[in-house]
Amino acid sequence: MYLTKEEERALSGEYGAALQKAYEILVALGEVMDAERLVPIKSAQIAGVSYKNIGDAGLELLNDFASMGAKVKALSTLNPAGMDLERWREMGIEEKFARKQLEIIQAFRRMGVRTTCTCTPYLIGNKPEFGSHVAWSESSAVAFANSILGARTNREGGISALAAAVAGKTPLMGFHLPENRAPKIEVQVKVVVDSVMKASLLGYVVGELSSGEVPLVKGRICASIECLKAFSAAAATSGGLALFHIEGVTAEALKRKKITTTHKERVQVDEEEIRQCLERLSARGEVDLVAIGCPHCTLEEILELARALKGRRVRRDCRFWVFTSREVYSKAAEKGYVKIIEEAGGMVFSDTCMVVAPLDSLGIKRVATNSAKAAHYVPSTIGAEAVLTETTSCIEMALG
Amino acid sequence: MISMETIVLKGRGVVKGRAMGEALVSPKPISFYGDVDPESGVIVARDHPLKGASIAGKVLIFPRGRGSTVGSYIIYRLKKSGKAPAAIVNEETEPIIAAGCVVAEIPLVDRLDRSPIKAVSTGDLVEVDGYHGIVKVIRKEA
Repeated sequence: MYLTKEEERALSGEYGAALQKAYEILVALGEVMDAERLVPIKSAQIAGVSYKNIGDAGLELLNDFASMGAKVKALSTLNPAGMDLERWREMGIEEKFARKQLEIIQAFRRMGVRTTCTCTPYLIGNKPEFGSHVAWSESSAVAFANSILGARTNREGGISALAAAVAGKTPLMGFHLPENRAPKIEVQVKVVVDSVMKASLLGYVVGELSSGEVPLVKGRICASIECLKAFSAAAATSGGLALFHIEGVTAEALKRKKITTTHKERVQVDEEEIRQCLERLSARGEVDLVAIGCPHCTLEEILELARALKGRRVRRDCRFWVFTSREVYSKAAEKGYVKIIEEAGGMVFSDTCMVVAPLDSLGIKRVATNSAKAAHYVPSTIGAEAVLTETTSCIEMALG
Repeated sequence: MISMETIVLKGRGVVKGRAMGEALVSPKPISFYGDVDPESGVIVARDHPLKGASIAGKVLIFPRGRGSTVGSYIIYRLKKSGKAPAAIVNEETEPIIAAGCVVAEIPLVDRLDRSPIKAVSTGDLVEVDGYHGIVKVIRKEA
C-alpha cells in the first residue's frame, strides 16, 4: 500500500506510540484488503462499547490505548453501551457490570470520543455529506450512511473505526470506491410498505435476497427517516448489507437521472415472501416486555408513543421500554413526552437498547417489537421469544 | 521418525514479528469470539475438530477468521493473559484476525505458495517470519 512521507513517519512511531499503533492497524487492514492508499475521513462511528460484548478484553485494550495517549483526529461518536449510563439501576443492571461499563465510557472519553452512545449518530450531529469518506461501525448506521446519506464507508469493526478516528484516515477500498457502489441486483417490491414495521420486514427480506450484492429496490416504499433507518438496520442484520439503493429515495438513486443494475439478475418480493419472513421471525402469545427503539427512536417516534399512551396504563406484569439517544431523550423530556410515557407505566432509556444490554437475567419470556433487527437478535441476546408487529399493536399488547 | 528436510513456504507478511512454536493446524475457520476461551486459550467450540486443544504458545494455522469483530479483542486478551498463539498463519486472512494480531503484536502470515493446512501438521516445529511472509517447518512430526 502506498503511504505518504507523513504517513510513513506516523507508522514508524515518530509521532508517538498510539498513532503508530493506529497506523499499524490501518496498514495491516489495507494490505489484507488490497487497498491502494489511505484516505482522510470526516467522521467515525465507533462500535464495541457494551461491556456485554467486548468484556474485559475490550476494556483492557481501550484502557491501554488511552494510556498510550491515543486521541481522535476526526469527529467521533460512540455506539450504544450495555446500559443507560445514569438510570442503569432501574434497568436491573448489576453494580459490577455498571462499574466496568462506566470504565469503558471513560476510556473513550479520554481519547476525545463524543460519548453519544447511540446507533443513530446521523440524528444527533454526525451526519456526513454526500460523497464524503467516513469510517463507521454499527451495521445499521453503516447502511444508513452509505445508502440514505450517500457518504462512503465500509463496515468497520470497533478497533478499525477507532484506529481510523485516531489517524483521521481509513484504507481506500470497498465502498469508498465508486465502482463498488453500483447496484448489481434488482429487487421489485410488489407490496405497499407504509409503516416502520413493514419497512423493517422488507429490509430483512431484501437483505436475505441480495446475497451480499448491492441491490436496487423498486416499489412503493415509505421514505420517512424512521422507515429508512428501520430498513437499513434489518437489511444489515439479515444480509450484512452495507449499501442499498431505492429508486427515487436513496441518495445516489436521487443524484443520478437513471440508476440501473450492472447485472441482469432480478428478484421479486410479494405478499408471500413478507408473510413467510414474518412467520420465521415472530412468535405468538402474551408478552412481558415491549421494546421500541431499534435503531434508537427519533423524537417523532417518541411523540407517537406518547400520544398513544396518554391517559392509559401499561399492564403491571409487562414492561414497556423505549430506547433512544441521550440527546433525543432530553428533547423528549423537555416536550413532556417522557412524562406521559412514564405516567402510563413505561420507561424511556438512553445510551443503550434491547440488543446490547444484559437483559438475559431479567427472566423475560416474550418481547414485542416493531423492529426486525431486534426480533432477530432477542432470542439469543435476551433468551426470549420475539413478537414482531406494528407499533400500534405493540402498544395494545402492553395495555392488555 | 524425524525428517531433516526443511519445508519453506513463502507468502505475505501481514503483521511483523518472528516466532517459533509447535504447529496447531485447524482445517476449519476460527472465530476467536465464541470458539476460544479468552482466559485459558482452549478451543471450546462444541463442533470444532480442535475442541479441547490449547492455542497458547502455538503456531496456529487455519484457513481464515470468521464471526464477530469482537474476536480482535479476544486475541488481545489472550496475549495479555499469556495464552495467545505465538504466531498465526492463514490461507487468506481477514480484518478480524489482522486487527487482533496488530494490537496483540502477534506475527501474521498468509497467501502462501502452498496451503499451510496441507504442508504443515499439528506437532511440527514451525518458524514464522512476519516481516517477510515466510513459514519454515523446522522439524516434522512423524
